[in-house]
Amino acid sequence: MLEHEDRPELRHHFADVVQQRNAASLGMWWFLGTEIMFFGGMFCGYLVYRRAYFPEFAAGSRSLSLVAGTVNTAVLICSSLTVALAVRASQLGKRKLLVNLLLATMFFGVCFLGIKGYEWHDEYEHHHAPTFYFNAQDLVHNNPNLHMDPQRTKIFFSLYFALTGVHALHMIVGIGIFSVITFMAWRGKFTPEYHTPIEIAGLYWHFVDIVWIYLFPLLYLIDRRPGA
Amino acid sequence: MERKNYLNAEYGIRSWLLTTDHKRIALLYLLSITFFFFVGGFFALLIRLELLTPAGDLMTADMYNKAFTMHGQIMVFFFLIPSIPAVLGNFLIPMMIGAKDLAFPRINLLSWYIYIIAGGLYIYCLATGGVDTGWTFYTPYSSLFSNTHVVEAGLAIFIVGFSSILTGLNFVVTVHRMRAPGMTWSRLPLFVWSHYATSIIMLLGTPIIAITLLLVVLERTLNLGIFDPSRGGDPVLFQHLFWFYSHPAVYIMILPSMAVISEIVPCFSRKRVFGYTFVAASSIAIAAIGFLVWAHHMFVAGISLYSALVFSFLSFMVAIPSAVKVFNWTATMYKGSISFSTPMLYAFGFIGLFTIGGLTGLFLATLGVDVHVHDTYFVIAHFHYVMVGGAVMGYLGGIHFWWPKISGRMYPEGWGRLAALIVFLGFNLTFFPQFIVGYLGMPRRYWQYPPEFQVYNVLSTAGASILAIGYLLPMVYLLWSLRYGKLAPDNPWQATGLEWKTTSPPPTFNFDETPVVTWEAYEYETMPLPDEVTLER
Repeated sequence: MLEHEDRPELRHHFADVVQQRNAASLGMWWFLGTEIMFFGGMFCGYLVYRRAYFPEFAAGSRSLSLVAGTVNTAVLICSSLTVALAVRASQLGKRKLLVNLLLATMFFGVCFLGIKGYEWHDEYEHHHAPTFYFNAQDLVHNNPNLHMDPQRTKIFFSLYFALTGVHALHMIVGIGIFSVITFMAWRGKFTPEYHTPIEIAGLYWHFVDIVWIYLFPLLYLIDRRPGA
Repeated sequence: MERKNYLNAEYGIRSWLLTTDHKRIALLYLLSITFFFFVGGFFALLIRLELLTPAGDLMTADMYNKAFTMHGQIMVFFFLIPSIPAVLGNFLIPMMIGAKDLAFPRINLLSWYIYIIAGGLYIYCLATGGVDTGWTFYTPYSSLFSNTHVVEAGLAIFIVGFSSILTGLNFVVTVHRMRAPGMTWSRLPLFVWSHYATSIIMLLGTPIIAITLLLVVLERTLNLGIFDPSRGGDPVLFQHLFWFYSHPAVYIMILPSMAVISEIVPCFSRKRVFGYTFVAASSIAIAAIGFLVWAHHMFVAGISLYSALVFSFLSFMVAIPSAVKVFNWTATMYKGSISFSTPMLYAFGFIGLFTIGGLTGLFLATLGVDVHVHDTYFVIAHFHYVMVGGAVMGYLGGIHFWWPKISGRMYPEGWGRLAALIVFLGFNLTFFPQFIVGYLGMPRRYWQYPPEFQVYNVLSTAGASILAIGYLLPMVYLLWSLRYGKLAPDNPWQATGLEWKTTSPPPTFNFDETPVVTWEAYEYETMPLPDEVTLER
């Protein structure tokens, strides 16, 4: 019971801080397991349709902006780095550095969403958003060598928007979580002994990054051979 | 002076709505799922009344479609899936492992609020006209053609999924991290083992139905084309994704019920459970193999013959761990001192009915037979034997078994036995004729049928009204017992298990001192026989 009085963050139903930290971390790992399944449903659909409609997927993939996708990948990797450094800074008890690194993470996250939003807008303007106004005739024009049915590219864009949309939703949630964590860090809630929230929020952020690391090649790099 | 317990520790509506006590949250769930049970039961009543006569005279065809859809969706997603885990599991798991609470009490409360939001959305959907896709939401009907509230229903079930994910997450982490000193994995009650297996299915299966229903909703609202055959989409992909969750969901319903039976049978046989390790491992095996059998729902949907063969074989495989449980319960009773108390009557009912439900499942897993009985009342009878004869019997047995712990009062034993008997008889009268009429060829989801099927349908409707009495009776006498029942001793059944070592009802943090476990599970040889007077023999 002594430990409960020394450590305000220790909740009543845990015996000690080690148990509390292990529970939080295991909970986040299992939650990420459910997230894998959640994205897994869409990846399964991707697998089926990419095999069935490869030319349509290749044409759709080529119409995406390679530059924007690559820059966004780099931006996300940077944000993962700042998260990893933030965990380290909290272990060392460097509060100011910690706050700055967390702010940098959120900055990269917002950059990612901005670039992604620009891409979506661009695709919407070209009638590539899978709505009632979908039109992919330009893809036939741009890919004379592919034997494809322009209507079928809608499946590619449906999956593209569903996957990147759900991913972006996770980014928004992540930025929300980090706003709270940053505020807590600024108020000095974390010490070298207690920084579990930063660790588990970091796990979540890394997971969202990893999803993008899969999405980027699967969506942007299907078939980029020149002249194919 | 009355001892402080979790019920009288605090009073007022705030102390319930903002509680993080797993026992209070269990009671919140108990009230909410009981409400949905009666809403779902109301639709069952409408279905049975319509089918009393061969002509479609009570409802229009459209209304009948909505009635069976909403019966199925409410019963599956808002009653059966949360039933035992969210009520009994929530209440008992921390106590059984000697913990003060679940690992994440606030997430536990959040899961109830998510359930309530989803339930509210579903009730809104129901009140504004309902949904008619069948509980399965099959595309392209659900995504392109239905004019009913598919979006609201889909979103409600999407949302309620997160409630079950959070419950599962809490259970898994609690079992891993919160066990009392000495409570090793091999000393865990089988109730906890079964719930652990259930939680894994909840965690790995539910996200798939969430994303699948989300895609259907997006297909209706934004005109995405993932399941639309006119644009190259594949409706069979929807069926694969749907059943990847919804078949394991059957195990989400039945495993917790098996959990209850594994506690009741040794207690009322006064014997250690036979083959503890095998019963525990069979729960995990059911969860694992259960993920690999989903396509047996799709034998006539145009899947390849070879994959159908594999799925048929795997479906037979899942019968093995299920049979291990049934045989081990029977072996536990062998030469035991059996008493026929209410929970034990439900356990007997469960074992018999689940065996029938499980064995007819093998008929359906057989490729040739499935083609004959696919989408007939044979299937309806089969899964009601598992879900109602199995899951609901276990739920009622569990509610009676732990009622003294939950409420601190004894229920009236005579009325309890009578209700158990009525439920058993009413259930069989309702659903056994459906095996026959299904085998003769009556299809499911039709509001009219040829006159030669009438006798079976009249039997079924008569049975349903008896069953309804059997379900209403416990409502009445359990509520009665809250005020007039005898005060329950701490351990009325002389059962083993940590939950019986604390007071009835338990204090807010379950134990005054964290217990240290130095004994094995189910040591009934060392327990005295229960007090004759308590049992009202």
